[in-house]
Amino acid sequence: MIMQTEILIIGRNEEILQTVVRLVNNNPEWIGTGAATDEEAIEKFHHHHFDVVLLTNGISGEEEKKLRKIFTHQDADIIIIQHYGGGSGLLQSEIREALDKRKAANKPTVSFTDDALKNAGPNINK
Amino acid sequence: MVKAVLHKANTRGHADHGWLSSYHTFSFANYYNPERMHFGALRVLNDDTVAAGKGFGKHPHDNMEIISIPLKGDLEHSDSMGNKTIIRKGDIQAMSAGTGVAHSEYNANKDKEVKFLQIWIYPDSKNIKPQYSQVSLQTADRKNKLQQIVSPRSNGNEGVTVQQEAWFSLGDLDKGQQITYDIKRKGNGVYIFVLSGEVTAADQKLATRDGFGIWETNKVSITADSDSEILVMDVPMEV
Repeated sequence: MIMQTEILIIGRNEEILQTVVRLVNNNPEWIGTGAATDEEAIEKFHHHHFDVVLLTNGISGEEEKKLRKIFTHQDADIIIIQHYGGGSGLLQSEIREALDKRKAANKPTVSFTDDALKNAGPNINK
Repeated sequence: MVKAVLHKANTRGHADHGWLSSYHTFSFANYYNPERMHFGALRVLNDDTVAAGKGFGKHPHDNMEIISIPLKGDLEHSDSMGNKTIIRKGDIQAMSAGTGVAHSEYNANKDKEVKFLQIWIYPDSKNIKPQYSQVSLQTADRKNKLQQIVSPRSNGNEGVTVQQEAWFSLGDLDKGQQITYDIKRKGNGVYIFVLSGEVTAADQKLATRDGFGIWETNKVSITADSDSEILVMDVPMEV
């Protein structure tokens, strides 16, 4: 079973938003949901779990700040990334890079190696 | 301390779609390499070959500076701002996608392929009104020197203009020719892409389609080890 990543895509330009949603949904590991307004985005975020929020075009600096505050308040682990270009070119790498970074950040800093058999050699009868 | 990065031609990503063969210096579409995401504001450097009569159908973009440089053949451009034009070798095209623009790029020739560079740089301001610019330049003006083809809107008197503190130049150098490139702005770095031939840039030997980025310096010396064509991209390192 594929673990799917839920992605909320926010953008003002309807054509670009629909394109990005379609491109995201082309990847079987991702599920994209579009929102054209902040209200719609907040509503969807409130009622559904998302792993990533993708901010696309037309969102002002102020709006972005407000959205980041609301989303991180509700889910401190949410990944919020800015999508540039509005098409297929950068989409994959932007999302993959963000997921890779989170994966790396969540790796335990201490690792254990099972050395139980390290000294077992002398006890083995040939 | 001077920093540098080398991207050999044969380490680039490659996509072959039949009608399109594209080499990606940086991660693009299905090519993903976390070590190859961008060089400062330079995000995409695609080396494209499009089959006769084929091309990229209408598709949207936003918040990106998109520069096209035809290397061989003719490219037919059409966009949602009402521009419909053909760009040829010697022409340079730039689109500031801003709040959103849709465009198509087709090989204008029905009998031969078109080769062009598609370059994207991050804009320094988002959600601007989309803009288009195109210039036709005399290729003779880059013989044994650099000809500026892209400049920021604040200095937009040479080449096409982009919404970023970026300057691009092309050079057509004879073997043995040496030039020094002065970086235009503090905080910028330079990415040199060899279109043909071999050059040595800051003691680094480069062959055709190699890319070499250098920053935290204010000048770069370039020597043509054979007859060569180069593209020099001077871009902010902080985005």
